Amino acid sequence: MADSSPTTPTPFDLDYAAAPESTSIVSIAERYSLFIGGDWVEPRSEATFTTVNPATEEPLAEIAEAGADDVDRAVAAARAAFDQWSSWPGRERAKVLYRVARLLQERSREFAVLESIDGGKPIKESRDVDVPLAAAHFFYYAGWADKLGYAFPGQRPSPVGVAAQIIPWNFPLLMASWKLAPALATGNTVVLKPAETTPLTALLLAEVLQEAGMPPGVVNIITGAGATGAALVDHPGIDKVAFTGSTEVGKHIQRSLAGRDVRLTLELGGKAANIVFEDAAIDQAVEGVVNGIYFNQGHVCCAGSRLLVQESVADLLLDKLKRRLDTLRVGDPLDKNTDVGAINSLAQLDKIEELVASGVAEGAQLYQPDCPLPERGWFHRPTLFTDVSLSHRIAREEIFGPVLSVLTFRTPDEAVAKANNTPYGLSAGIWTEKGSRILWMADQLKAGVVWANTFNRLDPTSPFGGYRESGFGREGGRHGLEPYLELTDLVAT
Amino acid sequence: MALISDPDPAPVPSASHASWLPPLPDGSTVTVAPVDAVGLEERAAGLGARSIKTSSKLAALDLAIRCIDLTTLEGTDTPGKVAALCAKAARPDPTMAGIPPVAAVCVYPELVPVAARAVHGTGVRVASVAGSFPAGLGPLEVRLAEIRSAVESGADEIDIVLNRSAFLSGRYQQAFDQIAASKEACGSAHLKVILETGELGSYDQVRRASMLAMVAGADFIKTSTGKIGTNATPPTALCMAEAIRDFADQTGRAVGLKLAGGIRTAKQSWQYLVLVQETLGADWLTPERFRLGASSLLNDVLMQIAKLRTGAYQRPTDFTND
Repeated sequence: MADSSPTTPTPFDLDYAAAPESTSIVSIAERYSLFIGGDWVEPRSEATFTTVNPATEEPLAEIAEAGADDVDRAVAAARAAFDQWSSWPGRERAKVLYRVARLLQERSREFAVLESIDGGKPIKESRDVDVPLAAAHFFYYAGWADKLGYAFPGQRPSPVGVAAQIIPWNFPLLMASWKLAPALATGNTVVLKPAETTPLTALLLAEVLQEAGMPPGVVNIITGAGATGAALVDHPGIDKVAFTGSTEVGKHIQRSLAGRDVRLTLELGGKAANIVFEDAAIDQAVEGVVNGIYFNQGHVCCAGSRLLVQESVADLLLDKLKRRLDTLRVGDPLDKNTDVGAINSLAQLDKIEELVASGVAEGAQLYQPDCPLPERGWFHRPTLFTDVSLSHRIAREEIFGPVLSVLTFRTPDEAVAKANNTPYGLSAGIWTEKGSRILWMADQLKAGVVWANTFNRLDPTSPFGGYRESGFGREGGRHGLEPYLELTDLVAT
Repeated sequence: MALISDPDPAPVPSASHASWLPPLPDGSTVTVAPVDAVGLEERAAGLGARSIKTSSKLAALDLAIRCIDLTTLEGTDTPGKVAALCAKAARPDPTMAGIPPVAAVCVYPELVPVAARAVHGTGVRVASVAGSFPAGLGPLEVRLAEIRSAVESGADEIDIVLNRSAFLSGRYQQAFDQIAASKEACGSAHLKVILETGELGSYDQVRRASMLAMVAGADFIKTSTGKIGTNATPPTALCMAEAIRDFADQTGRAVGLKLAGGIRTAKQSWQYLVLVQETLGADWLTPERFRLGASSLLNDVLMQIAKLRTGAYQRPTDFTND
């Protein structure tokens, strides 16, 4: 087009302006103690550790490290509160849980900002996923609290007792909600231990619990690292352990509980297959693959870390996928435009880098976009490996970072065989326009969750859990009540 | 047994391989991927959440103006009304320095001579809806004659509508041939093909129609006439942008995207710019490849620019109504 315009057009620059969320809504204390028996108490251990902002490497707060004495106190507080809480009518427990859910909604921005500061995840994810889903879990299980008698026909439910709950650093608030909501709805009391790198939102949740009128001792929150968790699991006063975290720690917990009358559910690692057939809606499949592995920097146990793509569309899909990777924005988690935030800890970054190096050494082809990374903080480029074999470490081990391994297949049978050829079995994804194939594949795949034409979609009404080394037990839905209930058969006379 | 006699029975379209789609002039064929509506709408919503502020907002607003097809398509249009619109197109706001002219004015064929005289020497192009706008269902010879006449009267660009009767009943070859004939009738003028996406029924159909129009020779594909209830929407724009990207990948030819109808606010305009940038790349952020068909958008953009420059919102009456 001939341009004879009288004014010279401004050179075009649609760079997104930095849009950092204000942190003024959050106040972080210099020091945090333990939340036991409805009070903030100093740790008898007198030990503390520091929680750090992974995007800046700056310390955020000193956190109490609970020792064996403190664990003992917390379990005793939970035990003392159990008789009262478990004898409340369900509707009364429901009221408290509804209040928690509403307070989470009211304070959603505060929780979202704090979650991003402490954990490094993009604000758009903490704001649009973590906090709303956390509230949704409390709402959902509040609804079950007065209907437990109808949940399992022919059986009478009663709570199991004191639940020890240990949660990971990838979704700190959401995992706290997954654990607390069903345990409390069913009348149990809880000792919750958040991960050492991300304790802040769980501690803020303690404030919400108080404000909601949760009786003292029903929820106790103790902070610390592995030793604190081990002391909690080993404590003789607990009736149930619910753990989400690494397979290695999960196996250790299972060994230490052997022979004890303590119930256990484990939500462990994964190496999910995201399977794209040639007839899939390719552009939307690309989005699903991106969401499957780069969501929350790949710090997702159900992440779609293995892409299985039908050979006939492999080149097309990879071209589109690489181009899409080039548009991902890595950086400040508090910026609304950020797609991929900070790696949660230096240790995790080292682990990711070690596994990426192994992929290169084993002969896989590395692709990373040329995006700028912040000078400070722990960041990792979205990474894609092609020419991957099932025998490569990057195809077998959980990386828990933004690293995708691409494999190809020719037939649905081969896709199933490759998808199931893993020690894990937490989730899988199928991308095809053919409904009958979705149903057939879902039957064949050994995975607790199978998504069709979507990925990483969680909902409080839907059970979530694993096969094999991904653990056992289900969270979410009616199934999520069971681990917290003794069910006695009712025999009509 | 066919209930309605079909003059040109079409093959059944397959999901991904467009055996139903006529080949390109060089004999090669293109493929059309299916569209997943849920995923498409989610992606479009995500793109709408990008943050455009201060300096990037000024750049976006400037570009939005340069990409506007300032449009009047009323039965009451007169030479006086069109001349006033052309003056505004050339100098959208003489009271503010550095406001660029819009890309084009878009008028009915009868008013093309008026518009052509009025924008002469300003760099603003003249676009004309032709070919039995807005239904596109007149006799083909009449439609082609209308196109030729508009071009002869000075139109640089011709906006025609897809024959939805042919497309929706599966007579793809007929729809294709009519676009190809229109392209020929355009001569050196650019051809924009309006798909009227609000009447196509699904994103799959939008993508198919996009590919059909591009293979048949469209220089631009355009969402809507602005004459029906559902016009340009972010998911539709994304669907068409993805089709344009596929077509460019498969043929090497870059086709433009025009979004029209219901685009009234500056915010909508920069959200579409983001969508185009992230789908097609910065190469498409130019009036040669991107247009916003609108009548009331310009004043909102001017108001936002004035706000950014002065720090305060002006009254709507501070901007001309032409």
